[in-house]
Amino acid sequence: MLELIQDVVKIWAKYSDVFLNGLWGTVWISLVTVILGTVLGTLIALLKLTNVKILTWIVDIYIEIIRGTPALLQIYFFWLGVPKLLPMLELSNTQWIVVALIVNASAYIAEVIRAGIQAVDKGQTEAAKSLGMSNFHTMQRIVFPQAIRNILPALCNEFIVMIKQTSLASIFFVGELTTAFKTVQSATFLVIPPLLISGVIYLVLNWGLSQGIKVLERRMRESD
Amino acid sequence: MTDTAKVLIRVENLKKNFNNDNLHVLRGITEEIREGEVVSIIGPSGSGKSTFLRCLNLLETPTSGKVFFEGVEITAKKIDVDKHRQKMGMVFQHFNVFPHLTVLDNITIAPILEKKIPKAQAEQKAMELLRQVGLEDKAKEYPRRLSGGQKQRLAIVRALAMEPKVILFDEPTSALDPEMVKDVLDVIKRLADSGMTTVIVTHEMGFAREVSDRVLFMDAGVIAESGTPEEIFQHPRNPRTVEFLSKVL
Ligand SMILES: Nc1ncnc2c1ncn2[C@@H]1O[C@H](COP(=O)(O)OP(=O)(O)OP(=O)(O)O)[C@@H](O)[C@H]1O
Ligand SMILES: [Mg+2]
Repeated sequence: MLELIQDVVKIWAKYSDVFLNGLWGTVWISLVTVILGTVLGTLIALLKLTNVKILTWIVDIYIEIIRGTPALLQIYFFWLGVPKLLPMLELSNTQWIVVALIVNASAYIAEVIRAGIQAVDKGQTEAAKSLGMSNFHTMQRIVFPQAIRNILPALCNEFIVMIKQTSLASIFFVGELTTAFKTVQSATFLVIPPLLISGVIYLVLNWGLSQGIKVLERRMRESD
Repeated sequence: MTDTAKVLIRVENLKKNFNNDNLHVLRGITEEIREGEVVSIIGPSGSGKSTFLRCLNLLETPTSGKVFFEGVEITAKKIDVDKHRQKMGMVFQHFNVFPHLTVLDNITIAPILEKKIPKAQAEQKAMELLRQVGLEDKAKEYPRRLSGGQKQRLAIVRALAMEPKVILFDEPTSALDPEMVKDVLDVIKRLADSGMTTVIVTHEMGFAREVSDRVLFMDAGVIAESGTPEEIFQHPRNPRTVEFLSKVL
């Protein structure tokens, strides 16, 4: 036990920059994924809510494919498959992986947003329409501001999922927390200490976020 | 109100089906509403009263038939329905006030956005309307602080702010505690007396009798009988009307 603690301290002293770089990698990849995934997911949710048959049909297929296949396979598809199909797109490995994660996130986020919008009482839309408000204004000023209360907490949970999901990128040695573990592990031939360090950083990050979500949910209840 | 008043809403052979045409809710309604007229719609539950009212401003899309508003067929393709809806207010059973907006913003949002009325002017008008229904001191509150009766008065004022040609009421007092019904009915009565064209679906028979120029009795998706309150309530001719009235009066 004492030995383990000593190893952890030693490794941290020597490799802290590797872990901190990994932390930074995990944070920026998941941030970018959540933000762009939300933009894409919102568009997809809105397409679905148009009730235009062909659009909802395409969206359903998109969501089914992404939710029905492993994220890892999707990463391989973008990393190895898409450059073959579209050679003119020249992205780095890291960029392809981020694109894959964004596409993956967008499907889950689209469902969160669609559910949040549909949970708003239909009477709200009817009242706005009966006043002669346009579809756009009805969505923008009446439905969406009310839907946000349902969406925001679920979106933050999606953020936690994303932070864990970024570990998949370590397979391609994109510098994030799990890559940091692998780097230190292969340099020191120690397993448990670097595993502990990476694990604790993930835990702290996600614990902090889930506390943030709780505060957010409480605030929303209070302002009700 | 006279027979020579201009026709405001005309409905021709209106039909509405639900559930992939398995449920025939409106079975062919032809009717005219004239300017300044106060029309009550009564009838048993499920007879299609709400559906008929909601077809008038196209919250429900009719399965077939035509709706004309100010002489324009609003059921026609490529019609800007929003523009016409601005002139047809609607008040719902469950108020449907906007909970995330203040009382004042509830009233001004549509005039500012859709009629491009300057904010200051819209707010001045809204305050004036709130005064008329005794809610001027609630302007900055959020609707959750209002009672049911106050919410419904807000909903009425919100519709009025668009300066509609007609207001459609769907059981405006059915969701209210008994002690609040009178306040809301008073507001509607004042409105009707002021010459506003009014169509009201109601279970308040006394009210229908008192304010209406005409009463429509709906049954099983058709207007089974129509006449003055006197004709419908004192001398109903259709046995279905007689049966219905015997149950509710
Ligand atoms: N969106 C809908 N989908 C399917 N059926 C519907 C829909 N709206 C109404 N109906 C059905 O149409 C029939 C008439 O409904 P409507 O609400 O018009 O009746 P109503 O006369 O207003 O009754 P009430 O006095 O209970 O309000 C009912 O059988 C109802 O279940
Ligand atoms: Mg009804």
